[in-house]
Amino acid sequence: MKTTRPRSLRLRGFTTILLFLLPALVLFFGLVVAPILLAFYASVFKWNGMRGLPTDFVGMANFTRVLADEVFLGDLWRGLLLIILSVAIQLPLSLGIAMLLNQKIHGRAFFRLLFFAPYVLSEAITAVLFMMILSPTDGLANYILGWFGVDPLDWFADPSTVMMSVFIVMTWKYFGFHMILYIAGRQGIPRELTEAAQIDGATGWKTFRYVTLPLLGPTIRISVFLSVIGAIQLFDLVWIITGGGPSHSSETMAVTMFQFGFKRFQVGYASAISVVMFFISLVFALFYQRYVMRRDLEGASTVLRDQR
Amino acid sequence: MKLSRRGAALLAASALVLGGCGSTGNDAGESKSSAGGKVTVEFWNIWTTDPLKSYGAQAIKDFQAKHPNITIKSVPYENEAFKAKLTTLTQSGKAPDIFQTWGGGVLGQQVDAGLVKDLSADTGDWIGTFTDAALSAYQVEGKTYAIPDDIGMVGFWYNKALFKKAGIAEPPGTWSEFVDDVKKLKAAGVTPIALAGKDKWPGHYYWAYLSMRIGGLDALKQAGESKDFTGPAFVEAGQKLKELAALQPFQKGYLGATYGDPGGQAATMGDGKAAMELMGQWAPAVQNDAGKGLGDDLGFFPFPAVDGGKGAVTDAFGGGGGFAIGSEAPPEAIEFLKFLTESTEHRKAVATGGLLPVLKGEEDAVTDPNLSVVAKNLAGATGFQLYLDQAYPPAVGQEVNDSVAQLIAGTKTPEQVAQAITETAKSE
Repeated sequence: MKTTRPRSLRLRGFTTILLFLLPALVLFFGLVVAPILLAFYASVFKWNGMRGLPTDFVGMANFTRVLADEVFLGDLWRGLLLIILSVAIQLPLSLGIAMLLNQKIHGRAFFRLLFFAPYVLSEAITAVLFMMILSPTDGLANYILGWFGVDPLDWFADPSTVMMSVFIVMTWKYFGFHMILYIAGRQGIPRELTEAAQIDGATGWKTFRYVTLPLLGPTIRISVFLSVIGAIQLFDLVWIITGGGPSHSSETMAVTMFQFGFKRFQVGYASAISVVMFFISLVFALFYQRYVMRRDLEGASTVLRDQR
Repeated sequence: MKLSRRGAALLAASALVLGGCGSTGNDAGESKSSAGGKVTVEFWNIWTTDPLKSYGAQAIKDFQAKHPNITIKSVPYENEAFKAKLTTLTQSGKAPDIFQTWGGGVLGQQVDAGLVKDLSADTGDWIGTFTDAALSAYQVEGKTYAIPDDIGMVGFWYNKALFKKAGIAEPPGTWSEFVDDVKKLKAAGVTPIALAGKDKWPGHYYWAYLSMRIGGLDALKQAGESKDFTGPAFVEAGQKLKELAALQPFQKGYLGATYGDPGGQAATMGDGKAAMELMGQWAPAVQNDAGKGLGDDLGFFPFPAVDGGKGAVTDAFGGGGGFAIGSEAPPEAIEFLKFLTESTEHRKAVATGGLLPVLKGEEDAVTDPNLSVVAKNLAGATGFQLYLDQAYPPAVGQEVNDSVAQLIAGTKTPEQVAQAITETAKSE
């Protein structure tokens, strides 16, 4: 009796857990894992997406085509450009504003709300809004530039300025999100530490450089991570504003994938693009977690393991 | 109508999602009992807005009054939603009894899948009442798979006042005159041409028409069959278009402009900010909608002839709509189509301004003066070519649009355009 009881209890516990997990697992496998596997499968076929499963096996042809395609190589370069610009301009800007809004100033709750608002707007609305503001003919931006005697720009309609314009929209849309992350991180830093530094005679800059910034490290690393993944998968803003044009000069990997999958019905080739995107994201995520975020993760996992 | 069909990709994407999620409870395939006397025929159409919405309701009522044993069940969807719904249904191997089609590559795929009834045997004398241009999109290898209901063509819509301002008395009849007029307009400080560079499909009209005028309709037909677009006609068409683009005839910021949105091609034209646009029969309606509209200042001239070219200036380029019948539809479905395309009935539809004549000698039924010009040009057409992005498989059509857009933007040479289209056609 004494030996069977715990076992039946354990079994019951296991059944309960399984029952609770089952709906989520079914959804996860049906809606996440299965489509990924199907994309892997379809990526080695020539397939227009119709009539059951693909049958025309082409081996690695789709992948050799992707890696030789000028547009796709351009996508990689543009993705890298967006990542560099995000990390070099957008994130420092968010950090600066976050530090400012951490000061005891009047109406800081209002400003926090105001700066976070763009993030709440949907991508589609943001896109339409900026199409109007940055219109080459009667946009607000050109009107304001006119006050300073600057010649009107073509913004999204000129291959040489389109990436800059897209980046402006991205920054406007996402800086509030990173700002909130930084404010939360900053508030997690105990006041004693900054006070101690100030008593020891540290200036404002020194306190920021040697106390605040190192302690914000984990927040910054996760914010860079989210920013990079976001740039790799950028789709909706670009699709609505430019559709990838003019002549592919603002196209991203996701836009190229959509073009081939849903406009040209070359679903096999589009799947190959999605597989390449998947691996780029995976490799980046693994390396970043392994080498950059190792210390942040160590703190959590190793301590827990010791306690077990 | 064309506007929303080609319309915002956003709509298309959401329609795809909605179409995929929607219930399939009311799908076709439940109404095949013609033996018991009473028959229900499902009629999938895109008549969601007036004037065709109310016209369709009245036509169905009239038909049912004449045929009390037949019930027509109308299933209207907006263009993009219609395409998504129909794609979902055909992928499961079914087709509605009667459904809207635009012919070309998509109809060809449905025919290959055995979903569409061959109407050649049933039509007989009936087929002779239609114009050749209207029928051409639905005939595959000598067989007829759909009945035309609407047809239109692309041509230049121009602003008479701006032409006068530049000292141009007559619309150009040849390409060289056209180029001269573009220069005159520029010299007079007028933007010669409105173009939606972002949408890409309006740009492909230039390349397609130039190819038609230089190589003739046969060149396009042959290229479609041999999948080889590298012939001299296509390269020369590219060069002519490149020369035109080099004159910078388009409105400011045209590379980012759409067709129907505020500030787009139609609005630029409708507000009198450009002298002409190359567009289909729906252009005046969209100009009025997106801009102020030109009223009596609006004129139409066919795409000019190219000196030494094989194509006639009367060869038309465009597309229309028609109805196909599902392979398992009851025979009564044909009765309804015969009713719709019978002369007095179709004249009623044409008089509403929602459709253009597809029957011989029907041109006088058109009431709108702009549409009347198009109808007369079509009636005198010596040949007809369907929109290239509809005539060819989707990948080839998109490659045409894409490559020509790059040609106009100056990032591809005429030879590269021909090469890229050929490569895509061969890989299909």
